[in-house]
Amino acid sequence: MLPTSRGAAHVPSWLPVAGHRLLKVATLPPGSPAGPGQPGTHLTTGAHPHVVPRHPRLDPLADRYAARTHGMKTSEIRALFSVVSRPEVVSLAGGMPAVTALPLDAVGSMIGELVSGMGAQTLQYGSGQGDPRLRERICDVMALEGITDASPSEVVVTVGSQQGLDLVTRVFVDPGDVILAEGPSYVGALGVFQAAQARVRHVAMDDHGLIPEALEEALIDCRAAGDRVKFLYTVPNFHNPAGVTLSEPRREAIMALAERYDLLVIEDNPYGLLGFEHEPMRALRARNNQRVIYLGSFSKTFSPGLRVGWVLAPLAVREKLVLATEAQVLCPPSLTQYAVARYLDTQPWREQIKTFTELYRERRDATLESLAALMPAGTAWTKPEGGFYVWLKLPHGLDSKLMQPRAVAAHVAYVPGIGFFADGNGQEYMRLSYCYPEPDQIREGVRRLARVIEAELDLHSTFDKVDTGTFRAIPPVPGHEAETMVGPANSDTYEDGR
Amino acid sequence: MSEQAPAPERADATSAHPLRAVVLAGGLTFEREVSLSSGTQVVEELTRRGLDAELRDADAELLPGLAAAPADAVFIALHGATGEDGALRAVLDLAGVPYVGSRASACRLAWDKPAAKSVVASAGVATPDWVALPHSTFRELGAGAVLDLMVARLGLPLMVKPASGGSALGVQKVSRVEDLPAAMVSCFAYGDTVMVERYVDGVEVALAVVDLGDGPQALPAVEIEPESGVFDYASRYSPGLTEYHTPAQLPDDVAERAAAMAVRVHEALGLADLSRTDAIVTPDGEVHFLEVNVSPGLTETSMFPMAVEAAGHDLGDVLARLLARRAAAQG
Repeated sequence: MLPTSRGAAHVPSWLPVAGHRLLKVATLPPGSPAGPGQPGTHLTTGAHPHVVPRHPRLDPLADRYAARTHGMKTSEIRALFSVVSRPEVVSLAGGMPAVTALPLDAVGSMIGELVSGMGAQTLQYGSGQGDPRLRERICDVMALEGITDASPSEVVVTVGSQQGLDLVTRVFVDPGDVILAEGPSYVGALGVFQAAQARVRHVAMDDHGLIPEALEEALIDCRAAGDRVKFLYTVPNFHNPAGVTLSEPRREAIMALAERYDLLVIEDNPYGLLGFEHEPMRALRARNNQRVIYLGSFSKTFSPGLRVGWVLAPLAVREKLVLATEAQVLCPPSLTQYAVARYLDTQPWREQIKTFTELYRERRDATLESLAALMPAGTAWTKPEGGFYVWLKLPHGLDSKLMQPRAVAAHVAYVPGIGFFADGNGQEYMRLSYCYPEPDQIREGVRRLARVIEAELDLHSTFDKVDTGTFRAIPPVPGHEAETMVGPANSDTYEDGR
Repeated sequence: MSEQAPAPERADATSAHPLRAVVLAGGLTFEREVSLSSGTQVVEELTRRGLDAELRDADAELLPGLAAAPADAVFIALHGATGEDGALRAVLDLAGVPYVGSRASACRLAWDKPAAKSVVASAGVATPDWVALPHSTFRELGAGAVLDLMVARLGLPLMVKPASGGSALGVQKVSRVEDLPAAMVSCFAYGDTVMVERYVDGVEVALAVVDLGDGPQALPAVEIEPESGVFDYASRYSPGLTEYHTPAQLPDDVAERAAAMAVRVHEALGLADLSRTDAIVTPDGEVHFLEVNVSPGLTETSMFPMAVEAAGHDLGDVLARLLARRAAAQG
């Protein structure tokens, strides 16, 4: 081990003495004959009366964070997504609803009137449970999916259904508890569960949604292992990210399992009204009002920017949810609640949902037609009957996260499948969103994606054949070292040091 | 508290307006997010120094924008291909727009890591042995045979890197031979040529060089100690995950050699104004060149600003002077 000291720094003579923002000051040791800027000047970092020294880890609170935040860090995936904002890139990544299909002028006038005419209420605090008029209208909306017994008193309005999920998780889950969830699962739910320090066990699904036999197996396993299963989290309609819908027989089977195994079900249903092929299916909550907590949202049927969702829960649970939400946000935003209620009261919102579904159906068709025409052999994908997403399986051995840089270079974006699993699976999958780009953009995006996959297959054909067991250690021929060999890095002594 | 120098003004001495700087950031590269963060930081620093600084992306609006509202000088905070491979700088040269930093031809050289290593090695600077090959070579000659030769020559562990690009994207340390094919596959996703480099164990240091007209001078070395042991993307840009020692905890003679090496690299590659050389210092004090950045990161967690601060100076002042000098040269 070499002795260390504050290194000799070469301070350029042209640099002026720093001003008030100086964080770390180079100062001469007392009595040193050398002036600043002279080569070989020894500098020390000294305290300055006016400056805050930079923490060596750039975060003086680094040792103080809660254990559950330790995994929070920036990632390459996130970095690669930043190109999505450029118009050259076709994004099949984000799940952004096509809000420009709304009657924006009418909505604008409506919101303006809410402020000018009702500002005393709309700009004021409101009830923690949410505006009573809106809760009544929410019951009307849920009736479209067969929930006819809901009372406004059982509804808690939340800041998007995301807050609803967070509240439900806070109310029910202790660290170490098990949550059952489809594999794959909505990434935003996995984030909530991770923050609650829950253990997620994925349950397999197929083209007809969650597989009841797999659910029962998981329940039996957990029971045998002594795990506390707090609930099943499921997105039964037009699943995010898988795009599939839970079939009618399976809905019955899953609710029967819930009874048999005393299972609580969290039914997350943001896409249920966005079906292309048939009327909305009967919700799980419509089949059992005690074992199902239902999460709803206006983000896909009206506007995600307003952040209005809700939870429908039995009265005792509702009480805890209200207390939890008051601790968290005091009350949901008044203005946006009034906006949704007024929209439901005065605008043709059912027709607007039809407008949305027609638009999404056209985009879904463009996606499926392009995939069928362009994808290389070995690629498979789901065929959604509503909602926003196609779940694509790559040819065997390809990894959607690892090939993401190639896709960014080709100006197409998707979400790698690994984000939708809590257990590290999903490498061979990706989520494609068709909700936002126009059909022509979708076709171009799929074309680019197909080329990316083909290039990746070509690469794999080169390297997959390599049997590393056949590697031979071929010593360099003496006297024929490459010209680029310079300095000690090429000497054998450095191999000893590793 | 010491006084700051007055804000630089336009090259035209008759004008009382502050110097107008356009800061380029974003771009359509893997490092867009980092670049936007650098650019935002630069604009804040320059604005605080009294300059008229504007952030712009390198897109179709750029050239019309510069024509409509000319800049006294441009600061390029683009990372990745757009800002570092020389192409954008060649276009700015065509447009007669002065900019801070290295010229297009020097950037092309520095951007190509294997080419830069050759030049630097020819100048007598130690750099880990390497080989750089395109995918086609592996396909045509057989990946197994080529990888055999690489391992035999370079030993293990190996560093597998894209031949160009920054922020450690695509960089992997491979310790087991059976992991090498997969590492090659994931690295080729970043570009068509992969550089495989002998691994050198030691302390990683960043060596900033600045030239304000009196020749390139090295700033104090920044020593990097990532918590995970690997200075990857997350370690670079998540505060708290890496410990930085500024100045580096190096013996005086080693620190001096590191500084001299960074200046030699800057000169050998014909770089201008500013650069950041990344190097490894081995336990017995040898300094090995890894790569050089012509557009060093200027984010809140970047090493170039740390080096400036460690030297006892103000980042905004340094950047403003670089801009003023380029603006004056054009005027």
